[in-house]
Amino acid sequence: MADIHKLAQMFQELDDQLVGCMRCGMCQAVCPVFAQTGREADVTRGKLALLDGLAHEMLSDAEGVNEKLNRCLLCGTCQSNCPSGVKIMDIFLKARAIMTGYFGLSPVKRAIFRGMLKNPKLFNALTDMGAKFQGLFTKKVDDLLGSSCARFNAPVIGDRHFRTLAEKPLHKLVPALDTPAGKSGIRVALYVGCVIDKMFPHVGQSIIKVLERHGVGVFMPSGQACCGIPALSSGDTETFDSLVGINMERFGTGEFDYLVTGCATCTSTIKELWPRMYQGPSAQKYDIAALERKTMDISQFLVDILKLEPKDATGGKSVTYHDPCHLKNALGITAQPRTLIKAAGCGFKEMAEAGVCCGCGGSFNIAHYELSREIGGRKAENIVASGAGTVATSCPACMLQITDMLSRKKAGVDVKHVIELYADGC
Amino acid sequence: MSKDAITKDFEAAVGADNVMTSETDRHAYSYDAAVLDSVMPALVVRPTTSEALGKATKLCNDNGLPLTVRGAGTNLSGGTIPHPGGVVVLTNGLNRILEINEEDMYAVVEPGVVTAKFAAEVAKRGLFYPPDPGSQTVSTLGGNVAENAGGLRGLKYGVTKDYVMGMDFWDVNGELVKSGSRTVKCVTGYNLAGLMVASEGTLGVFDKIILKLIPPAQSAKSMMAIFPSMKAASETVAAIIANKIVPATLEMMDNFTIRTVENFRGAGLPVDAAALLLIEVDGHPAQVADEAAKVEDLCRKNGATELKVAKDAAERDAVWQARRDALPALAKLKPTCVLEDATVPRSKIPAMIEALDEISKKFDLTIGTFGHAGDGNLHPTILTDKRDKKEWERVEHAIDEIFDRALALGGTLSGEHGIGMAKSKYLEQETSRATLEYSRRMKSVLDPKGILNPGKIIGPKSEG
Repeated sequence: MADIHKLAQMFQELDDQLVGCMRCGMCQAVCPVFAQTGREADVTRGKLALLDGLAHEMLSDAEGVNEKLNRCLLCGTCQSNCPSGVKIMDIFLKARAIMTGYFGLSPVKRAIFRGMLKNPKLFNALTDMGAKFQGLFTKKVDDLLGSSCARFNAPVIGDRHFRTLAEKPLHKLVPALDTPAGKSGIRVALYVGCVIDKMFPHVGQSIIKVLERHGVGVFMPSGQACCGIPALSSGDTETFDSLVGINMERFGTGEFDYLVTGCATCTSTIKELWPRMYQGPSAQKYDIAALERKTMDISQFLVDILKLEPKDATGGKSVTYHDPCHLKNALGITAQPRTLIKAAGCGFKEMAEAGVCCGCGGSFNIAHYELSREIGGRKAENIVASGAGTVATSCPACMLQITDMLSRKKAGVDVKHVIELYADGC
Repeated sequence: MSKDAITKDFEAAVGADNVMTSETDRHAYSYDAAVLDSVMPALVVRPTTSEALGKATKLCNDNGLPLTVRGAGTNLSGGTIPHPGGVVVLTNGLNRILEINEEDMYAVVEPGVVTAKFAAEVAKRGLFYPPDPGSQTVSTLGGNVAENAGGLRGLKYGVTKDYVMGMDFWDVNGELVKSGSRTVKCVTGYNLAGLMVASEGTLGVFDKIILKLIPPAQSAKSMMAIFPSMKAASETVAAIIANKIVPATLEMMDNFTIRTVENFRGAGLPVDAAALLLIEVDGHPAQVADEAAKVEDLCRKNGATELKVAKDAAERDAVWQARRDALPALAKLKPTCVLEDATVPRSKIPAMIEALDEISKKFDLTIGTFGHAGDGNLHPTILTDKRDKKEWERVEHAIDEIFDRALALGGTLSGEHGIGMAKSKYLEQETSRATLEYSRRMKSVLDPKGILNPGKIIGPKSEG
């Protein structure tokens, strides 16, 4: 390709970060994709070597490197275990942005990110319509899990067992909230996130219910946009900037002590990626760093700030917990969700490899479904082996993946968000 | 034969899915953990059966293709960097533990089994496999045997070679050679399994390995001793051994490493201490109590200013965490981290420490030193940035001098990392011209086309 030299120059900007990898290979021990394939180009060390090779023009197959770069869940496990402290997620996200700049965004992604995500009203309208008609195309397979599968051959859905769009999304059930601080003296902003809004509105309702129960005021503005991670992980920084901008318009002016979310991915995106990757105009207008400091996972807020404590199990459900990568690896939050499960009065059973990725990884699940399913299959086995009747987690994307895996196995294990357990009791 | 035809032959031998030809896949196998330039192979194959491994070996020989076997690629001396235009044969598709025999205390494994997974399986059955190289969470047993890997327990429990009872390996003609047995004693034929240990893939391709297992120690006690000088610490090491005590582990860290680890973890290490010893004695509880008391006494007599004995498992873990943190903490300071493993007789540790100090001053380099003081295996770690050409030249000179000094003290080029490409130029200096020629003659007969990991240990063929 004629301008491969130009691409190499762009990758040389990453040189200072790439050179930190001493090729020790310790990432092989923790990478869920490598665990399935055993191929060096699938593990972080290999990918960093490929980017380095491109930067120094030792390689010419940029497309090949791009394809390998996308075979990654962005789970961050390698980064949290890297002896050299290489900022792997930064490198991968920047590399994907460079690649997207070079190859362009695929027409499908362009339509989804720029046509739909960037316009929250249109996104809502389209999904509302989808919710009405989806019954024509799907059929229920598991009542406990509420999972469905496609009635007809559908390329993107394949044979997945998925949660359909909620009949009524959260933005219809509770369009906005702005309540004063009650007995707690605290007021929080609630960032909902797309998956909770459109697929798990009950999780959002549970958060609101719990906050009300504890006398916490809630500021939940309407017109919230996606946190931007799908666009960013596809290298579409333009859409990412635009989405952060919309959200900063909604939240930047509000008066609140903390911003809470029920989505591990949204939390880590707001805390880690908004301040580091955002390059739009809102940076001058609003204090993104201040918002970052206020942002918390809901269980972290309840345990660290409201000081919720575990209760003795009262013969309720036995529950196990799956650590979402974006809480465990990115933010180091593992204790609080478990405490919340115990505070709900559930009997807690730790599963093996609770901190290993479920294999979802957002668009990874769409592009590499076979791999995603193999990784998720192991997660499902560990869940079943724990003997718990319910698996709880803190990320709606993990809930989707785990639902698919358990539904296929007909495991008879329910999937819940930790906040649902605490809101409804065990 | 054309390249396509050869690829088809490999596909027939190992399965089409297990042959990688793309530029990106090949680039991903062009390096290992050594600070050396990468070399692209022509082909990467991943046999998943013993038979396929034999066929792949024969195909390489038939076509005169250089063959480099690769496990996890954690090699620190360039032993798994391929030869230009060669074939990389991966062993991670051969990762079955075939047998763990509790009665006779041995195990049979394929070469691609990950060391730590194997050790954990063995431990589940109440047995013990002691070799624990720093890379054990990813390194493979085949690689450990090929490099004669060591670890923290070398002093008392020995290294990988002390656990290899037997081996089946493929010769270049694709014939299976068997050596050793499942018995403790075996003198049937040449000790070919012994010859394979530390051969770094230059003499045969490992197929199955029989490993010795031992009962684990009943109890252990760990302690951390703080010294006002590296000299006092290293003299303590010599004194402990001289008093006929062989600790399971006896590790040392210099002030630079201590401060770096403390910055990294903040676990409360004494940042003013010139040196630390981390000591663990294990065995029968009575013996452990007795030896721990003697070690404590020897530390104090040799000038230890403080001594912390771990009271429980958590405190014991904290002691070993400090040691495990040494490399990661140092690695974060600079982009390039050259981890050497020059080894001296343990009585010469004080002299070697002094030499390292001089070398770091002479070449104006940052060298953190830690390592297995008990067995004389030090890890002087040079922190640098390979992109700084002037400094890198000084690093290369410093490395030369480190080996000069270690050899002058009666030491060796490598305690546990192997010779590979990184140190082959020094081999004659430690051994003799005759040694090198004997080795080359031997290889030329076993591997007439010179396909088995060329360039490693005994250097390029042209020099012969």
